[in-house]
Amino acid sequence: MFDTCVLKFSQYSSQSRYSSPSFCHSVDGTKMTENGVATRAKVLTIDTMNPTVKKVEYAVRGPIVQRAVELEKELSEGIKKPFAEVIKANIGDAHAMGQQPITFFRQVLALCSYPELLNDSTFPEDAKSRARHILQSCGGNSMGAYSASQGIDSVRQDVARYIERRDGGVSCDPDNIYLTTGASDGIVTMLKLLVCGQGSNRTGVMISIPQYPLYSAALAELGAVQINYYLNEEKCWSLDISELQRALDEARQHCNPRALCIINPGNPTGQVQSRQCIEDVIRFAAKERLFLMADEVYQDNVYADGCQFHSFKKVLFEMGPEYSNTVELASFHSTSKCYMGECGFRGGYMEIINMDNEVKAQLTKLVSVRLCPPVPGQALMDLVVNPPQPGEPSYANFIKERTATLSALAEKAKLTEQVLNTVPGIRCNPVQGAMYSFPSLTIPEKAVREARDKGQQPDMFYCMKMLEETGICLVPGSGFGQRDGTYHFRMTILPPTDKLKILLTK
Amino acid sequence: MLRRDLHNEAVNGVPCRGKVLTLDTMNPNVKRVEYAVRGPIVQRAVQIEKELREGAKKPFTEVIKANIGDAHAMGQKPVTFLRQVLALCSYPELLEDNKFPEDAKKRARRILGACGGQSIGAYSASQGIECVRQDVARYIEKRDGGIPSNPDNIYLSTGASDAIVTMLKLLVCGEGRGRTGVMISIPQYPLYSAALADLGAVQINYYLDEDKCWSLDIKELRRAVTEARQHCNPRVLCIINPGNPTGQVQSRQCIEDVIRFAKEEHLFLMADEVYQDNVYAEGCAFHSFKKVLFEMGPEYSSTVEMASFHSTSKCYMGECGFRGGYMEVINLDPEVKAQLIKLVSVRLCPPVPGQALLDLVVNPPQPDEPSHTTFMKERTAVLAALAEKARLTEQVFNTVPGITCNPVQGAMYTFPRITLPQKAIDKAKEAGQVPDMFYCMRLLEEEGICLVPGSGFGQREGTFHFRMTILPPTEKLKIVLQKIRDFHQRFTQEFS
Repeated sequence: MFDTCVLKFSQYSSQSRYSSPSFCHSVDGTKMTENGVATRAKVLTIDTMNPTVKKVEYAVRGPIVQRAVELEKELSEGIKKPFAEVIKANIGDAHAMGQQPITFFRQVLALCSYPELLNDSTFPEDAKSRARHILQSCGGNSMGAYSASQGIDSVRQDVARYIERRDGGVSCDPDNIYLTTGASDGIVTMLKLLVCGQGSNRTGVMISIPQYPLYSAALAELGAVQINYYLNEEKCWSLDISELQRALDEARQHCNPRALCIINPGNPTGQVQSRQCIEDVIRFAAKERLFLMADEVYQDNVYADGCQFHSFKKVLFEMGPEYSNTVELASFHSTSKCYMGECGFRGGYMEIINMDNEVKAQLTKLVSVRLCPPVPGQALMDLVVNPPQPGEPSYANFIKERTATLSALAEKAKLTEQVLNTVPGIRCNPVQGAMYSFPSLTIPEKAVREARDKGQQPDMFYCMKMLEETGICLVPGSGFGQRDGTYHFRMTILPPTDKLKILLTK
Repeated sequence: MLRRDLHNEAVNGVPCRGKVLTLDTMNPNVKRVEYAVRGPIVQRAVQIEKELREGAKKPFTEVIKANIGDAHAMGQKPVTFLRQVLALCSYPELLEDNKFPEDAKKRARRILGACGGQSIGAYSASQGIECVRQDVARYIEKRDGGIPSNPDNIYLSTGASDAIVTMLKLLVCGEGRGRTGVMISIPQYPLYSAALADLGAVQINYYLDEDKCWSLDIKELRRAVTEARQHCNPRVLCIINPGNPTGQVQSRQCIEDVIRFAKEEHLFLMADEVYQDNVYAEGCAFHSFKKVLFEMGPEYSSTVEMASFHSTSKCYMGECGFRGGYMEVINLDPEVKAQLIKLVSVRLCPPVPGQALLDLVVNPPQPDEPSHTTFMKERTAVLAALAEKARLTEQVFNTVPGITCNPVQGAMYTFPRITLPQKAIDKAKEAGQVPDMFYCMRLLEEEGICLVPGSGFGQREGTFHFRMTILPPTEKLKIVLQKIRDFHQRFTQEFS
């Protein structure tokens, strides 16, 4: 029996992937199905949830990957497909694609996990010495203790020393180092601090197009204004200051631009910015009063002749005190990429330059709520910044493994560019660094129309077809951003060379 | 002279510009966040430790950090089996090493087999490694007397905190009077108040009953929600059982009543159960919200929306540093579930070592396996020591005039009520400090013992408490209890 009540038909969000039976709601939330049985609407529905979460998209693990996982399941159930396996070239996950971990790192991590192994003669002395050093810095000499929220003190010191060596002696204060749960964690934390204001004063954050969609996702979630600046595809995805200026000037009309994010080496585009470019960006940020966020997780992944990684920190300080005393900068690094590929450990750090002291105290407070980053990841970061030195027993092997991984990547970067450029309708910029190629596609008009009929982005349509026909999973360029009317896909260069060759042929 | 575009004059007359990111131009919600467990008193404790290392003379030789539920830091040993498997997963060459028992190797092989490229260095699925989620579901079924658990409702997380924040993030929306209100216990674990401040949600306090051993009164829940309805949209009810900081283990009746209340008032239930193995008092037992919900029949089990949280940081494992955890969601709308999956995908995945660890926690050595005996011995020793320390703590504190301590029925803390002389309260107010902070700071400076003032967790007006962990080794704990007793007497004397 139902009281007389006002019935209204609920609206279903167009983002909803599920079709539901038609319900109508009464004002007290009572629902009636078509057969007249009353059930209450849930507390938490698509209409009553946080709306900013609905705006979040993350293509790297989005719909195409969900379909790929489905296909894998079907294959494992014996269903016949035109391919024997799904190749997940969608995500920068080196180990998943067969890259081997660095022996030394894993030895130390095993020693830290189970210190009884310190008595085991099969482990080299330098591994044991690192393990002891790490364990001594842990509460109760155990990796199972919480660490300080900013990260283990001695690890932060080692990170600071690494940065100093990398940057030709430019000094680094361990107090400016925050260990994080992957670089993503540090990036989101900084954005959280930066984003505020209402209406036309709402914080605007400049991000490259194309970009790594953590940025667009974080901005959507925080309700920040996303300010797009386009990288120049014709000039190898380089950054043009006049484009930064254009984007900024336009944005000032409707928001308060306060931060500029740059990924170098680039993701998905792979460009390694020149030193001049980095200087120009710093100068621009100083002039326009922007907080600079430099995502440098691919800093060891540089392949092209004539290209070199220049850290924003180093360039900033080489520009003299007028800049190095004033420009606010956060640089990010991670254990997930480079030659380590230890994505699963969620290790990372950020270095903060010229942050206001009161804000720093707020930052320290904010990270304390989540207690600490995973200690195994912190331990791993310690090894990355403090690897075997010449003269240490593990050195030769370490260098051999590191070199092999990086040169394989360089080889695959070259191969990828080469093969893709032989295909009419595909144009691939040199993969100067990082782990991806982001070639542009010419999609026939008919295909574009068919895609639109299906309600799909044309490059999603293309990639879905590729997935269904060849088992290769890529991410459509629309997931990263691209100029209107252009289409791309992002493919990792991570599969072992032989498999990559097959992939490229397909 | 200041120009409107924010040029500032430095003292030496050189113009310098204000920073982009200042206290005034940062996210205001973050400024409202407080987290007492690692707050000012702990910062002072760390400073003192530094001073001691540098040779400063103090009335004590070490700082005892009884502020945080960090078992290993206080000397608790990791469980051997868990660490053996983690070592095998980290460095699979050890699978050839005959020092490791077969059951450890078997677990390691299974975990590695479920990882991309057979490596714990690969990202996992964002919801967590599938076979781990299956093991978690089986564990829940065993724990709950056979009530089915769907692995698809399990989300592995970076500690329980991660999942709690994620759920709150989904739930909080609306403006003004329509803003989401979230009911939390007073006292509470300050992750909740911090998360609510960060999200700009409305915090709705319901008071636990100190005179009735911190039990929960439905009348009080009703009072709180009714009052809250005048100024916000209450949508969520959070409960911690066993309780933090209060240590009470709620009765089964109470849990039923809370579920009934949540249904009546149309609230999403969040059950923080990270201390589920930490139950000490006679007559107390852990009843999972999931189990009670389903035993109440389909009228409830098909409708009440709930998330339960667990972690590898507490219980007998104490593996805080690994940041392992999971949540089980019940009756979550499928469209919302899709949004949840999307949201967690942005951060890629929880730490894989933590996922591996969780797998072992829910799938420990069985009676017929080689590691079973040692495992049980270690587990029992840890839990028995905690039970002993819980009893001892309550006992000693209750001998101190001016300290009243409820039984520590479970969890890892004691939250005794302290009577402070009026003069001390006045002195504190003069110093601009909350009275129990004043008290705890004194204790820290005089005895090197770091506790967290009750004001960090919430308490009834005019009452004062502190939270102390029961984690130090028994002999050290005895000394700590004595010192606090002596300090309290001195303090009371000084301000009488």
